[in-house]
Amino acid sequence: MRTSLVVLAVAGALIMSTALTPAYAQARTDVRVGLVLEPPNLDPTAGAAAAIDEVVYANIFEGLTRFDANGAIIPALAESWEISGDGLTYTFHLHSGVKFHDGTGFDAEDVKFSFDRARAEGSVNAQKALFADIASVDAVDPRTVRITLSRPNGNFLFNLAWGDAVIVAPESAETNATKPVGTGPFAFIEWQQGDHVDIARNPDYWGTPVRLEKATFKFIGDPTAAFAAMMAEDLDVFPNFAAPETLSQFASDPRFEVVVGSTEGETILAMNNSKPPLDNPKVREAIAHAIDRQAIIDGAMFGYGTPIGTHFAPHHPDYVDLTAISGYDPEKSKALLAEAGITDLTLSLKLPPVEGYARRGGEIIAQQLAAIGIKTETTNLEWAQWLEQVFTGRDFDLTIVSHTEPLDIGIYARGDYYFQYKSEAFNQIMADLGNETGPAERSELFKAAQTRIAEDFANGFLFQLAKAGVQNAKLKGMWVNAPTQATDLTGVYWEE
Amino acid sequence: MSEIGLARRDNLWSAALGSRSFMIGAVLTGIFVLAALISFVWTPYGAAAQDIPNKLKPPSSAHWLGTDHFGRDTLSMIMVGARTSIAVALIAVGLGAAIGTPLGLAAAARRGSLLDEVIMRGNDLVFAFPALLIAILITAVFGPGAVNAIIAIGIFNIPVFARLSRGAALSLWQREFVMSARVAGKGAVRISAEHILPNILNTLIVQATIQFSLGILAEAALAYVGLGTQPPTPSWGKMLSDAQTMIALAPHVALVPGLAIVLTVLGVNLMGDGLRDIFDPQLRRSRG
Repeated sequence: MRTSLVVLAVAGALIMSTALTPAYAQARTDVRVGLVLEPPNLDPTAGAAAAIDEVVYANIFEGLTRFDANGAIIPALAESWEISGDGLTYTFHLHSGVKFHDGTGFDAEDVKFSFDRARAEGSVNAQKALFADIASVDAVDPRTVRITLSRPNGNFLFNLAWGDAVIVAPESAETNATKPVGTGPFAFIEWQQGDHVDIARNPDYWGTPVRLEKATFKFIGDPTAAFAAMMAEDLDVFPNFAAPETLSQFASDPRFEVVVGSTEGETILAMNNSKPPLDNPKVREAIAHAIDRQAIIDGAMFGYGTPIGTHFAPHHPDYVDLTAISGYDPEKSKALLAEAGITDLTLSLKLPPVEGYARRGGEIIAQQLAAIGIKTETTNLEWAQWLEQVFTGRDFDLTIVSHTEPLDIGIYARGDYYFQYKSEAFNQIMADLGNETGPAERSELFKAAQTRIAEDFANGFLFQLAKAGVQNAKLKGMWVNAPTQATDLTGVYWEE
Repeated sequence: MSEIGLARRDNLWSAALGSRSFMIGAVLTGIFVLAALISFVWTPYGAAAQDIPNKLKPPSSAHWLGTDHFGRDTLSMIMVGARTSIAVALIAVGLGAAIGTPLGLAAAARRGSLLDEVIMRGNDLVFAFPALLIAILITAVFGPGAVNAIIAIGIFNIPVFARLSRGAALSLWQREFVMSARVAGKGAVRISAEHILPNILNTLIVQATIQFSLGILAEAALAYVGLGTQPPTPSWGKMLSDAQTMIALAPHVALVPGLAIVLTVLGVNLMGDGLRDIFDPQLRRSRG
């Protein structure tokens, strides 16, 4: 009697579940994205932090042009453009019917406002160099913008695709830091500081509407917590997973997919080029030869990463492999230190809160430097402290950081950039590059620039960060590579 | 030295050998103290020596307890880590006892006075904060590191010893031998030092062992959250936090420092427990 009841109950449950299945089979329209870092604010035109763009780029804010998943420049708010024969005048034709999330209209005046604001004297834009060549921005009519350059710039459309060059409205520009208002397919809902940012589909979007209705960015800095959250399916995707040692576990679990791609993240051991004894190229060279890149990639990143010998992405066509210039040679390092007359050297090593390349990489580099007789004093910092002490305050000897902006070798021409590399020869190359529009000549100049900083041992060039992401196997449309710092959700959908 | 303490000493050794929990605790503690001492002169490998091609290797004849994610020898790290743990806990407890006990004795000697009130309410204040919270606060303000961890753990030990010594001393102040000392004209400081302290020493030692095990835990906890001992100095807490994402890849990396913490704390606690039995003749008789 009892057995038959159980059988009946099981049968009933089975029928119920099959009956209910179709209701559940409908594809989900929300996504929960895990990010390691919480952005300090949400205004991409007022902050250097990559975490800002990882939330807002392409989702909330758009520029005239944008990067696609492969790094190509495609039209965004500008549907087309013409470039004058001398390369000095760009005429952009804007999309019609574009509205900001607060209902205000988008027109040529907003473009003029955004670029004038970004390049103004007191601008807080983190990448003002992108706009340095702009002589004037004119709103010809509401749907046409003419930008005049002071000199030809072969990279101008590329520059406009950056997150720092998105278009903001004068009505909301001041409050974008906490309440971002853009033209993108998603509108900002709320930011629970320390926890998450919610965005939802913008019903009035001018372009192809997105398939997701809602997206949540959860900030989980602790790799163990991130691992647990993914395993428990509290998160659907973690585009840059911070614990590479756990990837093999995800790969063997059919619920998940591990996606490994490339990023624009040149991971470097940055050296304070203006601070003795690091102002001596011999000392920097000694440090460069003390670094065993493969050990760092294996030990800190569990093999994910490509060694680099200069500040350039290996997947870029103009990349030159210069790793040999700073090959691993501790004996040479010792000789160089002796030559420089350095005997007892202690350097500060200030590390940002990135478990993989910075914290673990830091422990390995500290050991490698100890092997050539350089002692290090490691300080683990939070991002705000790192930005204040290292990036702004330049109070450091060594730090490890990944520069995730695309094609950013130009930072070496900014003498006051945090590592304070100063080279007339390099500045000349960059100036020539700015004036040159011929593809072959530009390629040669890029190669010369790479070689210059490698031979000057401006920094310790470690490896190109891999993009190792974990996602639900049913989630489609996430970027495989990271041609810019972004979590573009515009093409993301759930497979039914 | 008064007669109460002296009369017992002869029996202590036999009592110690007879107490099972004390012996187990002493052996466990002894192993780790020995490991720490040996690490000064010898470890199988350099505790900070990385060998990345040989990372996360399970225990073998070359590496008895395996290697960690940098290919460092786990046994060497545990040995040097024991040194860190013991040193931090010992100094911290010593610091707490050295400051807390005189405070407690002073409060007892001037019972009910303003001094007593100030000392004890001050203790309440420190006591009101959870111990680890104080430690995190101090290391967050003054920066992470072993020295700040010692100070942090030491500070939350002060009220423990102050309260204990005041409570124990108060009852002694009513006793005849103290009365006679007062009649003989000895001052409060001398009485506290010559008559009170020796008679509460047993209680303090028992408390110190318990605080010592808490100190080891606190040191591990601080290192675990990154506020204690800084790399490359090995620390059990840091080893645990490094290992946690690798549990599935190489369980021994987390298991070994975890076991080291558990066994040391267990050993010290058992020893403290045993000591209390040994020092308390009444308890000893009722159990014996």
